Amino acid sequence: MNNSKHHIYLDYSATTPLDDEVSEVIRMHLRDTFGNASSIHSFGRTAKALLEENREIIARSIGAETSEVFFTSGGTESDNHALIGRALAQRRTSGKDHIIVSAIEHHAVLDCAEYLRTLGFRISTIPVDQNGYVHPDEIEKLITDSTCLISVMHANNETGAIQPVKEISAVTKKYGIPFHSDTVQTIGKIPVDVNDLGVDLLAVSAHKVYGPKGIGAIYIRKGTDLDPILHGGAQERNTRPGTENVPLIAGFAKAVERAEQNRDTLFTSALQFRTELLGIITSSCKGVINNSSGTQSLPHILSISLDPSFYEIESETLLFNMDLRGVAVSSGSACTSGSVQPSHVLMAMGRDIKTTQTTVRFSFGKFTTIEEVKSAGNTYCSIVQSFLKPSIV
Amino acid sequence: MQNLPVYMDYHATTPVDARVLDAMMPFFSEHFGNAASLQHRFGWIAKESVDIARKKIADAINAQPKEIIFTSGATESNNCAVKGAAEANRSKGNHIITTQIEHSCVMESCRRLERNGFSVTYLPVDAFGNVSVDKLANAITDKTILVSVMTANNEIGTIQPVSTIGKMCAARGILFHTDATQAVGRLPIDVETMNIHLLSFSSHKMYGPKGIGALYIRSKNPRVAVTAQIDGAGHEYGMRSGTLNVAGIAGFGKAVQIAMEEMDVENERIFRLRNRLQEQLLKIGGATVNGNCAERLPNNLSVTFNGVNADQLMTEMNDVAVSAGSACTSEETGDIQYSRVLHAIGLDENAGKSTIRFGLGRFTTEEEVDYAANRIQSVVVQRREQTEVVYNEHQI
Repeated sequence: MNNSKHHIYLDYSATTPLDDEVSEVIRMHLRDTFGNASSIHSFGRTAKALLEENREIIARSIGAETSEVFFTSGGTESDNHALIGRALAQRRTSGKDHIIVSAIEHHAVLDCAEYLRTLGFRISTIPVDQNGYVHPDEIEKLITDSTCLISVMHANNETGAIQPVKEISAVTKKYGIPFHSDTVQTIGKIPVDVNDLGVDLLAVSAHKVYGPKGIGAIYIRKGTDLDPILHGGAQERNTRPGTENVPLIAGFAKAVERAEQNRDTLFTSALQFRTELLGIITSSCKGVINNSSGTQSLPHILSISLDPSFYEIESETLLFNMDLRGVAVSSGSACTSGSVQPSHVLMAMGRDIKTTQTTVRFSFGKFTTIEEVKSAGNTYCSIVQSFLKPSIV
Repeated sequence: MQNLPVYMDYHATTPVDARVLDAMMPFFSEHFGNAASLQHRFGWIAKESVDIARKKIADAINAQPKEIIFTSGATESNNCAVKGAAEANRSKGNHIITTQIEHSCVMESCRRLERNGFSVTYLPVDAFGNVSVDKLANAITDKTILVSVMTANNEIGTIQPVSTIGKMCAARGILFHTDATQAVGRLPIDVETMNIHLLSFSSHKMYGPKGIGALYIRSKNPRVAVTAQIDGAGHEYGMRSGTLNVAGIAGFGKAVQIAMEEMDVENERIFRLRNRLQEQLLKIGGATVNGNCAERLPNNLSVTFNGVNADQLMTEMNDVAVSAGSACTSEETGDIQYSRVLHAIGLDENAGKSTIRFGLGRFTTEEEVDYAANRIQSVVVQRREQTEVVYNEHQI
């Protein structure tokens, strides 16, 4: 039951296996570079040098200054830091208390917004169209004099829809409001450059790009006022306390470097995988709804729902059967797996609850092969067909 | 001849044990799943390994697995415990009692709470670094909701009367948090018999990886309410969102297991080495030991060398890695330009700045101890002679 050796893994948007080079870097530093980067002796200085060297790699990869990159425990903490840190700083200094977030943000952003609501902040939600896109003019309608932060993710983790971040930042710049973008799904998949995108805050994580879990970073554009969310030592220039996780940071930087090198190749093959898979599914199954049909979308993700009038099935059953037959996929975000709540992303796109509950997200990565994709597509279709309503058959 | 430099800063961090590293590596490659991917076996395997580690860690402090929340480390655990418990229990009162010698993450969390309308009592300690239970009892008001006292100090090693404090807090219906970062794996901890409600600790102080820690939150007698400090998809029973660091957790579990299995033997050995170092250093003369020699971490040694600046001493002795105090000093130290802890036990600035912290550990050898003692002796004597010369020249 728990043997995954011959399993097909198509859940790369949940997490990725480490690149061999990355795990080797981590192994080496876990073994040899154990000093506390805040210690002043040679063990500490060695760790500190490694820390700064890798900060520079991460900074360079997103076009940031080294002093604008702060390491965190991952994407969730970075999103928390951006939202809560910004909100608390603004309330303290300017009294501004209004935050705008898109309806399709990751829970790490949405739950922070909900938390801030309990602290008296006002939260506005930007709707998306049926393909899952935010429209910049919708944002403009929501902006008030008290708006202190706008948060729109770069690409959605469930559908792959790439948001018009540049157009959005043109709006946020016009009003002088800091703009946060969660780029956890896009780093290493498409170019992410803080100046090109025009963002002030950005969240990234290592484990979606063949790096380790438990490490991420927040980019804070110089001059963007943010309170820390954790309090303690003076690490990360008083922005994020806690002993620096140097071995994983080295792994993170290596992963980002490798992902950049492989980015275009992976993009091309992902496009081929998605086209192939979609072809298999649409040619063999009735009532297929493609949630990743937008023109601007990550080819690494294909989200498929089924017309509930055709099928007597929910994604839990579907996924369980997929796993039994050797294919690992998910219903959407890994972080909500296990909970029966319908996807807030698909709901925001106007899907009805029953449709959202039939959804399977396939996501491809660098170790995916075309044979795996074909096999997964055929498995999916044969399972789905067995759940066709008798009236349809 | 031992490898140089000699590492004697085990309170700051520890090397990863090779057995821990072996336990971690499979989770970087073949078992790479997301522990929240409950819809396929990659996720199940990851979750299973997290469950196994959680059980080991819970067992180590006599807790239930569901009472253990994984965090990014002790700093986050302490933030979550102090700010989270204060926020969740605000309706009951706004007063918190802690000590003047807490780690900066407890201290700074308390300062943050003060800015948000809480009032905090920072209890003094005696010359040995001990909190007075009577003073603590007297500080309690009907507004007190939380007491936070560290189990053992990271600079001078003094072990606090945690059981007594726990019993008193339980009797008064006040939550008791202890930062046990230096203690877990070195001292026996039992959250039941010690009446602990919240307990923080981390992996990298016990030969595990950095970037992973735990917070114990009591689930019954009483059920402790804590407001989550990192929001998101609701991992860790809604207490701490974010994809679990499966490899780190597996390593942490292994590190705890080894520490518990080897604690007695290891403590005995390190205790003997520490005493050997202490004896040799005291022979130098003009040297005094800080902390409570009767109730002290077996691996800790804090020594003040009269008339010798610790920073200079460490610069000249770059083949022995020691420290002048906590690696996690916060910037807002106020008027005190030296260790808060040493200040709290009554050392003046001169003495404070002449103090070295030695931390011994699993890989410390007798040869290293002797080497370090010799080096320190020669540097201390040399420094004093130079100071003497300067002093005499001034006299002339």
